[in-house]
Amino acid sequence: MQDFYNIDSLLSEEEIAVRDSVRRFVDDNVLPIIGECYVEGRFPKEIVPGLAELGVFGANLPEEYGCAGLNNVAYGLIMQELERGDSGVRSFASVQGALVMYPIYAFGSEEQKQHYLPKMAAGEIIGCFGLTEPDFGSNPAGMITMAREQSDGSWVINGAKMWITNGSTAQVAIVWAKTNDDKDQRSIRGFIVPTNTTGFCAKDQKGKLSLRASDTSELVLEDVRVPKDALLPKSGGLKSPLMCLTQARYGISWGALGAAIACFEEASSYAKTRIMFDRPIGGFQLQQLRLAEMLTEIVKGQLLCVQLGRLKDRGEFTPQQVSLAKRNNVHIATDIAREARRLLGANGILAEYSAMRHMANLESVYTYEGTHDVHTLVLGQAVTGLNAFGA
Amino acid sequence: MKIAVCIKRVPDMESRFRISGDGKVVDETGLKFDMSDFDGYAVEVALQITEKLGQGEVVVVSLGPDAVQEALRKALSMGAARAIHLKADQVPRDGFAVARALAAELESGGFDLIMFGKHAMDTMSGVVGPMTAELLGLPNVSAVSKLDVEQGKGTARRELEGAAEIVEFPLPAVVSIDEGIARPRYPSLKGIMAAKKKPLESKPAQLDPTRLEVTKTELPPDRQGGRIIGEGAAAVPELVRLLQTEAKVL
Amino acid sequence: MANVLVFAETRGGDLRKVALEAVTAARTLADRDGGEVHALMLGAPGIASKAEQLGRHGADVVLVVEHPGLGNHSAEVAAATAAARAKEGGYAAVVFSASAQGKDLAPRVAAKLGVPMAADVLSFEKTGSGVSAQHPGYASKVVQTLTLTATPAIVSVRPGAYAPAANPKAGRIESLAPAMDPASARVVVKEMVQGRSGRPDLGEAPVVVSGGRGLRAAENFKLVEELAEAFGNAAVGCTRAVADDGWRPQSDQIGQTGRTVSPQLYVAVGISGAIQHLAGMRTAKTIVAINRDKEAPIFKVADYGIVGDALEVVPALTAAVRDAKKGH
Repeated sequence: MQDFYNIDSLLSEEEIAVRDSVRRFVDDNVLPIIGECYVEGRFPKEIVPGLAELGVFGANLPEEYGCAGLNNVAYGLIMQELERGDSGVRSFASVQGALVMYPIYAFGSEEQKQHYLPKMAAGEIIGCFGLTEPDFGSNPAGMITMAREQSDGSWVINGAKMWITNGSTAQVAIVWAKTNDDKDQRSIRGFIVPTNTTGFCAKDQKGKLSLRASDTSELVLEDVRVPKDALLPKSGGLKSPLMCLTQARYGISWGALGAAIACFEEASSYAKTRIMFDRPIGGFQLQQLRLAEMLTEIVKGQLLCVQLGRLKDRGEFTPQQVSLAKRNNVHIATDIAREARRLLGANGILAEYSAMRHMANLESVYTYEGTHDVHTLVLGQAVTGLNAFGA
Repeated sequence: MKIAVCIKRVPDMESRFRISGDGKVVDETGLKFDMSDFDGYAVEVALQITEKLGQGEVVVVSLGPDAVQEALRKALSMGAARAIHLKADQVPRDGFAVARALAAELESGGFDLIMFGKHAMDTMSGVVGPMTAELLGLPNVSAVSKLDVEQGKGTARRELEGAAEIVEFPLPAVVSIDEGIARPRYPSLKGIMAAKKKPLESKPAQLDPTRLEVTKTELPPDRQGGRIIGEGAAAVPELVRLLQTEAKVL
Repeated sequence: MANVLVFAETRGGDLRKVALEAVTAARTLADRDGGEVHALMLGAPGIASKAEQLGRHGADVVLVVEHPGLGNHSAEVAAATAAARAKEGGYAAVVFSASAQGKDLAPRVAAKLGVPMAADVLSFEKTGSGVSAQHPGYASKVVQTLTLTATPAIVSVRPGAYAPAANPKAGRIESLAPAMDPASARVVVKEMVQGRSGRPDLGEAPVVVSGGRGLRAAENFKLVEELAEAFGNAAVGCTRAVADDGWRPQSDQIGQTGRTVSPQLYVAVGISGAIQHLAGMRTAKTIVAINRDKEAPIFKVADYGIVGDALEVVPALTAAVRDAKKGH
């Protein structure tokens, strides 16, 4: 779309080059097939090697682990471009990078980092992240998955995880579990669990009407025994997985804009070419209002993200700032997708156009990684100092 | 194997082009630019050759204003080793002047292979490659759709109308690259970061006065298209009638 | 004197149609100043027998270079010979075809003569300051007038831009020696690979039938083949997507990065009309589009559009064209 506010002038030459390279990849490899994948309910696995070669997985982690060593703005732009293709594609990369590679990088031993990160950057190992449970979504502290240390130092894990992106595709899962019986959230630790371990089972979640081009699974762990070195040694307490989520949410703030941009581009080009009552529908005030609102919200969201990325690069950002960006950008993207769908009239319900696909996807994005409501309460607490969460 | 690839920065061809106020040229302000398509293929082929041989260096060269460094950086991020920018206020439309400037630079470079795209997407002329070959006194092979090189020798396939020829030639040589030979790789994110640190040398281009000017640019008359004569097979008789009586092409 | 030298292209012991087009084009320039047209042709011994065709299309003199080493075209020999002749003859202009051969040859001759050239032009004429030529640029989205002020003015003419016109002239044959020994050429043709026979080339065919992804599967391309067959004089092209998917060879691709065609009739079957494709065919005289989506951009450039499924419409059109051809 047109760079209405010259936001490119806030970006470096490399950041623009990164965005443009991923953009071209998405144009060539995602857009032509994604509508069909969505209808078939299949994640386009075939693009994974290309994404890996491009270097998108864990792109903001250091080069010494085979990653691209990009700053956070460049990383965010990657997420934006991937989600311009589809939220499912961006989700795949978010999980691989922010929810699996990041915890290994942040909480893993040097051996774990050396072993996993280069292979994950190369797409040779795919990962998933098991935190949410069937009965514990917004309240992860209540999780019942339990890891018990054995006398030989190994761990036996029991529990169930739900809504796990990449669950059936992954070779490893980062599983979060409590490690003592008093159910204290401070005992929560992370484990790297190979998905072919006896007792580990992943099942596709059927019947999704959103994120259909994404693998969402349920994980069941029944007496899954992992060696001592499966533990992420520096993980400790609920804070650890929440740090991962902050990383992922940062990417989502950018990603949602990608979906919004896709919808805006589609809607504006449709408005200029679709003739009704002998003139382009873009000439009618009602459609202009839609387009003006879309443009305004996208520009605001972009400015939010660029500043957030700069703060993150300086090590100054807070989880509350990420909550604000995630909450706002997903919300406006959801609205933009719906308005784009409406502008497209009956054509808007077809998979051939992207608006309804994004609209349905964004309902998941609205709900995952901290629901819109939870982020509202985070901000409420930041403003008032009063905790409005359940407990 | 030392390979030079000459690349050009051109506007995005998806753009809606406007004519300059004096009606002479395309007004390029505000357009998006990128490396010309065929030049991208040439860079890709050059990289593949050095990768296959396990040795060699790809040097990219571009003539034009400072903005062409963007295209050079892109080639560096794809994997070229270094870049040469021949500075000029603009790229002259006179391909011979461009070829002279390139030849003056390439002459002493010790290149085994000098590569061009078949033509630039803006001028669509394809003359600079063969002219440069001639000025350097090197064998020239244009419109190459397959290329194999080994030390001292090259084999290429050239597409002709309804036929193709397989040619052999000694190195050093100049080749220009056609569609279909290789899809250019996406600059990888690591490549983009690495490109920052690669050498890019900028020096003035030696340009002669130009003897070819663009004196007018026009948008082609709008086709009076959009005439839908019907739906489905039922419309076929009417179409055939129009082709016979109105368009007179049947 | 304002004589014009024209390079008459040969292949496989015969003149190509573009040679007659180039002579016709050269004639328009020479006639303006009462100059002569000198046509230069190279080939294996025996090629001289084709010279009179050039005379019939307007060559005053035909310069024939026969050599046993010229069975295959050699750009090096042709360039050296044409440049030598151009220098000696003091021509005002040298005209080539913008064919595969000519696109390669003309710039070499220009460089040997130390002058610029206008490539792939739609038309050209003498003007006060030199020679002006019309040339499509920017993915064929604009037409530019190029003015050459150097002498000789060198142009290559887009195939199909000039229809060969009978214009009988003396066609006096002069034989000429090649300016270099073909055996010393550095680029050697090892093999000629013939394309599919019996079909005119895309660049030369008066009718082009082209297919896109709207055909849904590679095997449905036979419908396009059959329609081309029905026209009799049609070549078959395709979109980039189809070539990328491997349904058709890359050499059949029409568009910004493929072939550019200007036929009398272009039939676009199941082609949406991306800018990339339009760049290769928008100069066709008449465009017919068949597409399911009535919003497809191809209809904006098409003279005649049918909204419908290609698999249904094309067989009907094939049958109708066959009938129409029989009626002639």
